[in-house]
Amino acid sequence: MGMKLTLKIWRQKDGADKGRMVPYELEDISPDMSFLEMLDVLNERLILDGEDPVAFDHDCREGICGMCSLVIDGTPHGPQRATTTCQLHMRHFQDGDVITIEPWRAGAFPVIKDLVVDRTALDRIIQAGGYVSAPTGSAPDAAAIPVPQADAHDAFDAATCIGCGACVAACPNASAMLFTAAKVTHLGLLPQGQPERYGRVTAMVAQMDAEGFGGCTNTGECTAVCPKGIPFETITRLNADLLTAARRS
Amino acid sequence: MDLFTEGEPIHDTRAPDGPIEERWDQRRFGGKLVNPANRRKLSVIVVGTGLAGGSAAATLGELGYRVKSFCYQDSPRRAHSIAAQGGINAAKNYRNDGDSIQRLFYDTVKGGDYRSRESNVHRLAQVSVEIIDQCVAQGVPFAREYGGLLDTRSFGGVQVSRTFYARGQTGQQLLLGAYQALERQVAAGTVEMFTRHEMLELIVIDGVARGIVARDMVTGEIETHTADAVVLASGGYGNVFFLSTNAKGCNVTATWRAHRKGALFANPCYTQIHPTCIPQSGEHQSKLTLMSESLRNDGRVWVPVAKGDTRAPGDIPEDERDYYLERRYPSFGNLVPRDIASRAAKSVCDEGRGVGPGGLGVYLDFAEAIARLGRDAVANKYGNLFEMYERITGEDPFEVPMRIYPAVHYTMGGLWVDYDLQSTIPGLFVIGEANFSDHGANRLGASALMQGLADGYFVLPNTISDYLSGGPFEKVGDDHEAVVAARKTVTDRIERLLSIDGDRTPDSFHRELGALMWEYCGMERTDEGLRKALDRIRELRTEFWGSVKVPGENEELNQALEKAGRIADFFELAELMCVDALHRAESCGGHFRAESQTPDGEALRDDENFAYVAAWEYTGEAPVLHKENLEYENVKMVQRSYK
Ligand code: SF4
Ligand code: FES
Repeated sequence: MGMKLTLKIWRQKDGADKGRMVPYELEDISPDMSFLEMLDVLNERLILDGEDPVAFDHDCREGICGMCSLVIDGTPHGPQRATTTCQLHMRHFQDGDVITIEPWRAGAFPVIKDLVVDRTALDRIIQAGGYVSAPTGSAPDAAAIPVPQADAHDAFDAATCIGCGACVAACPNASAMLFTAAKVTHLGLLPQGQPERYGRVTAMVAQMDAEGFGGCTNTGECTAVCPKGIPFETITRLNADLLTAARRS
Repeated sequence: MDLFTEGEPIHDTRAPDGPIEERWDQRRFGGKLVNPANRRKLSVIVVGTGLAGGSAAATLGELGYRVKSFCYQDSPRRAHSIAAQGGINAAKNYRNDGDSIQRLFYDTVKGGDYRSRESNVHRLAQVSVEIIDQCVAQGVPFAREYGGLLDTRSFGGVQVSRTFYARGQTGQQLLLGAYQALERQVAAGTVEMFTRHEMLELIVIDGVARGIVARDMVTGEIETHTADAVVLASGGYGNVFFLSTNAKGCNVTATWRAHRKGALFANPCYTQIHPTCIPQSGEHQSKLTLMSESLRNDGRVWVPVAKGDTRAPGDIPEDERDYYLERRYPSFGNLVPRDIASRAAKSVCDEGRGVGPGGLGVYLDFAEAIARLGRDAVANKYGNLFEMYERITGEDPFEVPMRIYPAVHYTMGGLWVDYDLQSTIPGLFVIGEANFSDHGANRLGASALMQGLADGYFVLPNTISDYLSGGPFEKVGDDHEAVVAARKTVTDRIERLLSIDGDRTPDSFHRELGALMWEYCGMERTDEGLRKALDRIRELRTEFWGSVKVPGENEELNQALEKAGRIADFFELAELMCVDALHRAESCGGHFRAESQTPDGEALRDDENFAYVAAWEYTGEAPVLHKENLEYENVKMVQRSYK
């Protein structure tokens, strides 16, 4: 016998609609289902009932593309730590549970429909400087510059950010600081990232502000929900680089 | 009615003659260039932003062309290359262990079971070394040794250590490198980015590719985009099986639409089935997750000796277990290549000895490794994989053996291209998994990332200039009759899908089609089964067009409509896959025909009759087969053996 659940889901027809929570009853949910498979079950039923299925973003369903984005019972990506929405399974819920499902909420992430939001602001932060300028063909031999193993390791840890935006959704200021700091840290730790290091941090932070993301007040909510465990120290690094950049200019 | 007819043979006319190691240089020298001032006047559309499409769009932008890049996701960074785990091959020979371009070339041709084109594969091996340089320069955090130099490992049954990696997330790190290069060009104004856009038709004018019709997935607007050349980098078609390791959105529509407009589709039946995936847990399953192949280095694969043995694994004594890979392949044991491991798992499950729900699984047991190396060492090596497994199944591999089962992972077939990566439609180029060119009938581990980036960073940007040097091209207006007609095909189809208003969901059709394909065109194929599948696919397709229910309207974000359109194309592809599998009466690589096996059950190639690429032409009825003969001048064809 599967679980019986009540879902309260944010429904919003489009950007202009005000939106509201709508309750749905589900029966016979297997604990082995993923959270998104549970929503698939609901949508199959809604289609057959002639209702509009719930729109939600997802793609890889294995925790790496960063597309899935649900606030589940008030927490971005739901109750399990270091786990994206798509990797969350129903065995972490109880028969009879009432589950609320909402979109990422942030001024810089306008709702497109239901649970789908526009996160292109994050791409524009990368456009501002989240890269190393290395046109194809210009590279020296890969072995030319050794990178201390510890730096490569820490750079990798920061580089695992999947760009999901949960950090923004969790932050009381809707700041994109953790996302931005992850990229600044990744590139700033590597020799290849040095020439553009200070210009990069300045430009990326300026773009973050221009997009309407809030400032960082060190609440730490971001790292608590980050599915990849991007450490809070990346923000410290970003601030240090920003300070140096200001001094140098 | 015949299933197909045979037409004229087809040839690659772009690869220069002469010694194989000089061909790429010669081709680049022979190709015409476009001077930098003129590049600004030439436009290129790139569909897809994975390793191939992302790197191509970025590089074309750097060269100064005007590029429009399209992806169906909300950001180019999400393309499914992001999920590749293992690594990327390159013939750097940093280990001094005897590797060379020649060896990588040889391994890839052999791994492809002698069904790929020598010139293309050799170029891939040559270019591989430049890829690593490029990615390191971009800041890709590859694994390093203590001394700070790049680390490598060996992968997929080859004897040298040539695989560069970034923990178990190599695809992610390489894709982010390409994505960042792409965003840099977006900022520079050379690339215009169209996210949440899906290509639904190719625009062909006087036989030449001149643009695409795309749907804005947020507003539903049907847009036409014209350009001087079109590049498809839209990935593979593994989702025809419904369940695969592909992302949910991966689809065949871009390449299939081009096929319908005249591009030949090559070797559609070549599918790679990966042996180590987490088995299906029930009817609700929406996708399958791969567990890195590296687990087979220490895990032992087994099933109970007795059929229908339902005891817990720990209660089954050693002498009642069958370590069937070790038994059947004593020299390679648990490390046999992907196709062989997959088939062996299927055959023990077919015998009724499979484990877990539905009997569709085999054990991958770490008990011996834990006893030998200690729990900590095993955790160090595989900890994150064990966690991933536990997250999905709720079982701890330290306590109970993992259960694994093969799943569709990659498709070697794709649109036919010549050495320039140009399809049979002039001006239409196809790169990455979307083309057929480099992996023959079976792809080696860590070669998909290599091919995607080789095509996108180095091959296409060089070969496309020869085509573009033929410009300036006549401007095409939105009112051109071919543009209007292409747009109308798209709007008619959408209207038709929305108006059926039947009683079955798009997904229910997709699941049924996938189950059929898995049963009859999956790990083992037979003449009889494929004929049955063809009948059933046609019936199901008719049912789909008569009773699918697509809710809502076009002018909104409508995910059910997106799915329905993709499934409609999967139906047509599925038929062609079955025809291709049926006509290829030999076994080779990932294509196993039960009628063509050695006495001990191994795949038996038939080089005399099938050493060719099967390139199919769309007619609307029985397809026409064009054969490209494969000649091996540099590698000797032999039967693979892993006993
Ligand atoms: S820092 Fe973490 S939460 Fe924020 S976008 Fe990256 S992965 Fe998501
Ligand atoms: S769907 Fe890709 S991370 Fe969740």
